[in-house]
Amino acid sequence: MNEVLMKVQDLSKYFTIDTDWRGKPVSVLKAVDEVSLTINKGEAFGLVGESGCGKTTLGKILVNLYSPTSGKIFFEGKELSALNKKQRRSYCKDIQMIFQDPYASLNPRMTVGDIIAEPIIINKLLPMSEVEERVIFLLNCVGLARHQRNRFPHEFSGGQRQRVGIARALAVEPKLIVCDEPVSALDVSIQAQVLNLLDDLKEEFKLTYLFIAHGLGVVKHISDRVGVMYLGKLVEIAPKKELYANPLNPYTQALLSAIPVINSEKKERIILKGDVPSPINPPAGCRFSSRCFKEFEPCKLNTPKLKEVSPGHWVACHLF
Amino acid sequence: MLLEVKNLRTEFKLKRGTVRAVDDVSFTIDKGEILAIVGESGSGKSVTSLSLMGLIQKPGGVAGGEILFKSQDLSKLSQKELQEIRGNKISMIFQEPMTSLNPVWRIKDQIMENIMTHMKMSKKEALARTVEMLDTVGIPSPAERANDYPHQMSGGMRQRVMTAMALSCEPDLLIADEPTTALDVTIQAQILELLYQMREKFNMAVLLITHDLGVVYEAADRVIVMYCGKIVEEADVKTLFEQPQHPYTVGLLQSIPQIDNESDEHLFMIKGMVPNPLHMPPGCSFSDRCDRCMERCTKEMPELQEINGHKVRCFLYDKAEEGELSAK
Repeated sequence: MNEVLMKVQDLSKYFTIDTDWRGKPVSVLKAVDEVSLTINKGEAFGLVGESGCGKTTLGKILVNLYSPTSGKIFFEGKELSALNKKQRRSYCKDIQMIFQDPYASLNPRMTVGDIIAEPIIINKLLPMSEVEERVIFLLNCVGLARHQRNRFPHEFSGGQRQRVGIARALAVEPKLIVCDEPVSALDVSIQAQVLNLLDDLKEEFKLTYLFIAHGLGVVKHISDRVGVMYLGKLVEIAPKKELYANPLNPYTQALLSAIPVINSEKKERIILKGDVPSPINPPAGCRFSSRCFKEFEPCKLNTPKLKEVSPGHWVACHLF
Repeated sequence: MLLEVKNLRTEFKLKRGTVRAVDDVSFTIDKGEILAIVGESGSGKSVTSLSLMGLIQKPGGVAGGEILFKSQDLSKLSQKELQEIRGNKISMIFQEPMTSLNPVWRIKDQIMENIMTHMKMSKKEALARTVEMLDTVGIPSPAERANDYPHQMSGGMRQRVMTAMALSCEPDLLIADEPTTALDVTIQAQILELLYQMREKFNMAVLLITHDLGVVYEAADRVIVMYCGKIVEEADVKTLFEQPQHPYTVGLLQSIPQIDNESDEHLFMIKGMVPNPLHMPPGCSFSDRCDRCMERCTKEMPELQEINGHKVRCFLYDKAEEGELSAK
């Protein structure tokens, strides 16, 4: 269980917003800033945070849709940026992504069968004669029927489309799947169906998930370990039981207290002041200091580093 | 009683047939009460709120029923008469703060327009009131921010501006259609807190439309659960969450991943999906997804019955067992 599948070291992604007349960047958006984490084989690592905190950018870097500004990614012990294009391609096959919006992530002009078959054909995984059989197998895996193979995406509901997206990701037999908010566009009753499906597939295909979401209930249900992001920084990593029972970073505490919970005593809410600051000009020192209710002197001066405060529980905060 | 809706029916006449988006819906709201309507997409909750405001556009329209606001039937009023009430006595917060403000008008002009239309104030007074309202909803340095355009503000701030606009004429009823869906949880907490404070301050009633049962539990006094255009259950918040009766409500509550739940087991699932409104199953519209479906359910539609203030539309609780609702 504790075999490391992916290791991310000081990964950063900066987007240049504006340059001066020499083309020198004058305004830079630090979407992901020196993030380090490891994902073990067979686990589901949950990544939570509010919109604009960089969680999707991080996911896209891992599947090679963005190239990082700096930092290293190790997959099964090999550094990805050191590989040449051809080698890289075979690794990319091992890391797949399920996208957030099932309405936008499927090509409307292709039948769902063709959508699922395409990655198999491009990667030459199977002789053409066997592709069709595999497509039907995958459709069945995600709970769709053989006769739906020749239908187009618009003929399906949101939940079914998300199933097609999952089948497409599974088609190349990946080891790691980055699930970017796979259920946030779905209705509650459909959401449960897709979450259970993801759970079953993880067992069946021995998958590892990086599960990105903003719904903390969903993340808790599916993950083994959870990382919390705020403005491009990881502020806390812990096994899920530890994180939900004993959140240490004030931001995690506020985030957990903000969720409306059913069937519990109405709890004291921590209401944060203000909005998430712009990632273009984040506050100096700790990025959460402008909204933090426990803010004290060193917060404005230094950026806290991730420290291990108890086994497996990492937190970036000057309080610890 | 502030608002009484009786047998409201809203229909959309399409080429392929008529869709009854709201079917025989009746409810009441008292002064100062927060009533929540929950349901999944397509359940008719938003159409209900738009019908109340007279905002249903062609090819749709209110096909029957009464909307009694302070004993005046809104569905019989002309658009001009409605204009007097809308934004004044009844106002609305829309789902998407990103798209429901006018992008080419300054914030202050948008709020002042509403105030000057309804309250017969001079421009100067209206501006003062605008700044005051922005301050009430918690916008920092309101006098300066009033000059901003919507794109200069974040989602949470825009939702606050919408709220300020809706509250500027001190309405008796505020309709909030998914006011927090597009926002992050920490901002959602701020907006819900704000709605609560505003209710205390102005003693207004709130009709909260949402699909998030967590929000309902925290905010509402009474809850209506809708499915396929019909009310399937109605009760006060505590009763509904502790003793849900309708299989749909029970399933919905069980299928939400909760942060206080420690088990790793599979989530409860409601099988299948919401039926196509043009091809409703005969009988109870939930019958094809219900795991307690009986033969009778596929043939006739159950009536909404009330027992001890708890209304439910299901044959499991048929009048045969008089008295209390008993779950078999």
